[in-house]
Amino acid sequence: MSDVILQLEHITKSFDGKMILDDFNLEIGRNEFVTLLGPSGCGKSTILRIIGGFVRPDKGRVLFEGHDITMLPPEKRNVNTVFQKYSLFPHMSVADNIAFGLKLKKKSSSYIRDKIAYALRLVNLEGYDDRDPLSLSGGQQQRVAIARAIVNEPKVLLLDEPLGALDLKLRHEMQRELIKIKKEVGITFLYVTHDQEEALMMSDRIIVMNKGIIQQAGDSKSIYDEPQNAFVADFIGESNIIDGIMVKDLLVNIQGVDFPCVDTGFGENNPVDVVIRPEDLEIVPQGQGYLTGQVISVIFKGAYYEIKVKVDNYEWMIQSVDPAPVGGFVGLTIDPDNIQIMHKPVRDDEEVARDE
Amino acid sequence: MNENEVRTNKRPFLSGPYFIWIIAFTVLPLIVIFRYALFDGNGHFTLSNIAAIFSSSINRKALWFSLEIALGCTAFCILLSYPLVMALKHLGLSKRGFSLFIIILPMWMNFILRILAWQMILSNNGILNLLLTTLGFEPVRIANTPTAIMIGSVYDYLPYMILPIYTSIMEINEDLIEAAKDLGANSFTVFCKIILPLSLPGLLSGIVMVFVPSMTSFVISDILGGGKLQLIGNIIEQEFMISNNWHVGSGLSVALMILVLLSMAFTRKRTADGKESLVW
Amino acid sequence: MKHLKHFACSFLNCVKNIFLAIRKHFKGILSGIYVGLIGLFLYAPILVLIVLSFNKGRSRVKWEGFSFKWYEALFSNSQIGDALVTTIVLALASAGIAVLIGVPGAIGMHALGKKKFKVMMGLTNIPLLNADIVTGIALMLWFVHFIPLGFGSVLIAHITFNIPYVILSVMPRLQQMNVSVYEATRDLGAGPVYAFFKIVLPDLMPGIVSGFFMAFTMSMDDFVITFFTKGPGVNTLSTMIYGQLKKGIKPEMYALSTLIFLVVSAVLLVVNGISDRKKTPKAEQIERI
Repeated sequence: MSDVILQLEHITKSFDGKMILDDFNLEIGRNEFVTLLGPSGCGKSTILRIIGGFVRPDKGRVLFEGHDITMLPPEKRNVNTVFQKYSLFPHMSVADNIAFGLKLKKKSSSYIRDKIAYALRLVNLEGYDDRDPLSLSGGQQQRVAIARAIVNEPKVLLLDEPLGALDLKLRHEMQRELIKIKKEVGITFLYVTHDQEEALMMSDRIIVMNKGIIQQAGDSKSIYDEPQNAFVADFIGESNIIDGIMVKDLLVNIQGVDFPCVDTGFGENNPVDVVIRPEDLEIVPQGQGYLTGQVISVIFKGAYYEIKVKVDNYEWMIQSVDPAPVGGFVGLTIDPDNIQIMHKPVRDDEEVARDE
Repeated sequence: MNENEVRTNKRPFLSGPYFIWIIAFTVLPLIVIFRYALFDGNGHFTLSNIAAIFSSSINRKALWFSLEIALGCTAFCILLSYPLVMALKHLGLSKRGFSLFIIILPMWMNFILRILAWQMILSNNGILNLLLTTLGFEPVRIANTPTAIMIGSVYDYLPYMILPIYTSIMEINEDLIEAAKDLGANSFTVFCKIILPLSLPGLLSGIVMVFVPSMTSFVISDILGGGKLQLIGNIIEQEFMISNNWHVGSGLSVALMILVLLSMAFTRKRTADGKESLVW
Repeated sequence: MKHLKHFACSFLNCVKNIFLAIRKHFKGILSGIYVGLIGLFLYAPILVLIVLSFNKGRSRVKWEGFSFKWYEALFSNSQIGDALVTTIVLALASAGIAVLIGVPGAIGMHALGKKKFKVMMGLTNIPLLNADIVTGIALMLWFVHFIPLGFGSVLIAHITFNIPYVILSVMPRLQQMNVSVYEATRDLGAGPVYAFFKIVLPDLMPGIVSGFFMAFTMSMDDFVITFFTKGPGVNTLSTMIYGQLKKGIKPEMYALSTLIFLVVSAVLLVVNGISDRKKTPKAEQIERI
């Protein structure tokens, strides 16, 4: 990342004695799509509010293109926010909402007119100029909010769970559209969400957070395939997370059975967390495979079956294109590549705390 | 479904007693006052009772003075209320009921006594002048002047302006203010473009609650005007209590009512969309 | 010399810090001063009355020494006692009856069609929009034909101007009410009466309570309408004080109003303290994280 637009340095913030952010550091590159992902209360929105200027950090600095903007009020910052609850001005028409920032900047009326037309086209709301924002649907309101922010040509657009209040179908549609808009306007997006699917689909880089601390940062693929701790593994996608013992390099013991794996460097006979994605487990006839267990439920999910197999006291979750007979005994096998080994958490910040 | 229909059909009858009450004690009394206003003592139809508000120079003067006081009082109340509500908001006193408590509390001391206390404060050898002379200033002469009546009116009706404005401003979602700042508005612009327009319903109900009573009061002018300065309320009161001329008194009342309703018509339009706002 | 320079520097620094602090809190300081001034404006006359209630002499301007004598006189003055009782009974009764008529009235109105609802709302607004003096005179002219002016006529008048306050504070809650909850109750086998008392009424309660208190306050505070609709011999505190204006107010009145003021502030403070503890701003702040 050669061209850094935004830097957060040692940001610390607490509310009412409760630590929200603890020595938080982040660099965001120009034109990047960065997503802060984490459960509610993990501090992700606070970071956005600090960058937007609505919250002052207790400690630390915010640098925008190398200049310290920590103490700058929101109206003097070259960033704009798309709020979760849209926050459209109810007493103004759609066009007046979009023109709000431009009028404050004393732009010419022809410039403003062009910008409104451009922004409405960008968000697929041509002809909505004179509508009352409260008469629009949630998705349309959010489009107006995006248009209102984008016409100001901010260098960074902050999006605070902008799709959180929309239904699933609309959300998918808006995700694609946001990517399109991002490409079109070519500015930096800092996106906050608790929806992992959304994060994986849209982002260049994902910052997984919990309890004010970065758990893992990386692109979608690395976050999904190589979670660095149980929290990330649990939060990103569905996973089987089970205790294991690293017998030695390339060999892990799970439920009393030794599995070959590809990880090294965990020492010998150390307790570890093992993560196995449900789609990586394979059901084989009883007696074959590493583990044997009883099928306790099979649910058809459209594209695949979700099968639960009980081995000792642990219920493995398996996604498979073929069903299995409930009550029957089956074997489970897995490719060594797909076993993800992680250190046990040493701090309680990293503990699995998924609240949705 | 059937059950549901039975319910919706039955419920309007609950408003029966209230409807009867309105007819008996709101509508019929108005008809009676109109009857008194439109007929003279001998039962002949006349408009002179109503026209008396303009035809006599004393009445004209009182009406004009009432309008001046009401307009001035309303304007001062607005000008004092907005900064107060914004200051309370800024001080973070907004979410506690405490600031409301402070504003409502004085209304619990009898208002005639409070106006009387203003007489003691404002009189020529009163408390205000005592303070001024002790501090080395010239004493002021405002007892029995329109200024005194204005101070008393503003004092008495200020809470009725503060409360609805307070309520409507506190209802404004903080997100909207943040959104405006995010788009580059400073505090002043936020006030002009967001807070002021969104508090209009409160402002309008404040105007109704201040303008009408300050125009028609007769106690404040009685006490602080020294009996010489008369509002239209004083004239009407005297027609009933001193001259015993009920027809003229009713005529003046009806004229006043029409004037008030006319001047309030523009505020009704705004609140007519079924959204009746309340004070607290 | 070096010391002096050091001292000057730190002094300047100190001044600068104070200046910065003032600038940072400038808005806060200004707000505080303004709130204080309005507070002074609102409370100055009250302070004057409280001080006067302890004044030994009858003078309204001169302080003649501290005394409780007006408080003693107050308790032996049956006239004032009667007026106080009349005022309170009137306020309680008129607010109570206004609730009994207004709450069913609001529920009934809510079920009306749009046009009828608008007409009823318009009628409801008449006593609020009309000047007190017009309402008072209209009622008086109406009463003299049918009933003697006395406590009864004043009570009817107070109920009349109180009902709109009850309706206007209940109506928003009715409009916000989730009909499906009521329907679910019925669906689960509750009769309409049971559903009303268990579901509808508790939901309306805050509106009813605030309507009652508003009506109570308005009734306590009223002078003009009482003045026109009362008969001889009936006095509320307001009309009694007005009657004494020409002759001079009895200082017992200051004592009484001081007592009322103190009792009301105590009650309101307690109520405030309770409702404050229920809803701390903390919860809202946490929401914003």
